[in-house]
Amino acid sequence: MTASTAEQTSSSGSKGSEPPVPEGAITVTVKIRRFNTEFDDEPRWDSFEIPALPSDRVLNLLHYVKWYLDGTLTFRRSCAHGICGSDAMRINGVNRLACKVLLKDLLSAGGKPTTITIEPIKGLPVHKDLLVDMEPFFEAFRAVQPYLINYSPEPTRERLQSAADRERFDDTTKCILCACCTTSCPVYWTDGSYFGPAAIVNAHRFIFDSRDEGAEERLDILSDKEGVWRCRTTFNCTDACPRGIQVTKAIQEVKRALLFKRV
Amino acid sequence: MASTTATEREGTSRGGGTLYRGDLGMWSWVAHRITGVLTFFFLFAHVIDTALVRVSPQTYDSVIEVYKNPVVNLMELGLVGAVLFHALNGIRIMLVDFWEKGPRFQRAMLWTTLAVWVVVMVPGAYFMLERTLSDLFGGK
Repeated sequence: MTASTAEQTSSSGSKGSEPPVPEGAITVTVKIRRFNTEFDDEPRWDSFEIPALPSDRVLNLLHYVKWYLDGTLTFRRSCAHGICGSDAMRINGVNRLACKVLLKDLLSAGGKPTTITIEPIKGLPVHKDLLVDMEPFFEAFRAVQPYLINYSPEPTRERLQSAADRERFDDTTKCILCACCTTSCPVYWTDGSYFGPAAIVNAHRFIFDSRDEGAEERLDILSDKEGVWRCRTTFNCTDACPRGIQVTKAIQEVKRALLFKRV
Repeated sequence: MASTTATEREGTSRGGGTLYRGDLGMWSWVAHRITGVLTFFFLFAHVIDTALVRVSPQTYDSVIEVYKNPVVNLMELGLVGAVLFHALNGIRIMLVDFWEKGPRFQRAMLWTTLAVWVVVMVPGAYFMLERTLSDLFGGK
């Protein structure tokens, strides 16, 4: 290591010298909402100039910052392929998975300079930078009993189901619990105890499953004051879902199941 | 859910960030709230001024006389606009709630709502403001 890289490593904690800029790279400004709860009183904005390809994902930009510019940047990511749901964040004002948003879809029209703002998802306590405490989110998820409930004697073989019965809840099986929907909900931001869209989606997945017998109990839980009736149909959740789940539709189906006692 | 959740989430990432650029449905919800509150305040004033007729018809008449000015005329127009949006969007929300295909057509229904609003408000504004405008600028 050269002296200059060693110095850079000690000051910022990053890995070392910046990699060569690929051909066709565009310099974009990435503005990140930073907050170190141990030292900062207030969150602040940090801007980084990053050379990137239009085919890069926003996650690549964050990696660039963390690996070469400022190693203290903190965010979650695991699979980086839109499956694990770790890297939900607010990109240009809307909740998205950083690994599923391409830079080319964020570039300003007419080759003007591009600024991308990245913030933590709203409504959950920030631990550091883009890393939030997901516990309240998972607490709501667990509260709806998201597992098979069946009181009949266990069959010796699989529990069979018709294709049509499976289709009934197909949409809500796609959830990866990334919290994009729940933290896009204005009601969730302000009402501390609302279950939130994701919990209702996962309740829907079992309520409408023909093999499940716990619909009554779950509907009871969701009929609570902080249950489905808090939904104001703003459709932010449907817009935010990286899996394309019709979240608001699922919530409405649960509402109607409650109103008309029909599952 | 447990009330502890509420406390744990307090004072979180809410402060200072950018505005959430939500779905159209979010803005219609915001507009629905605002028009609802405006209509409520009108009803508040309306109940008081109408109740005055029981106190004395003369007071009632003088209050109504105060209303006959261009500013109140504009406020009346605003009231009609607010009530009309609230009513039309209310129908849209009911359809989203009770009609199976409501969630899928929510945007189309919002555009329809706004189109009907414009179609009603343009001639409505003309007839409501006609007198004030001719009084102010001395038409005829």
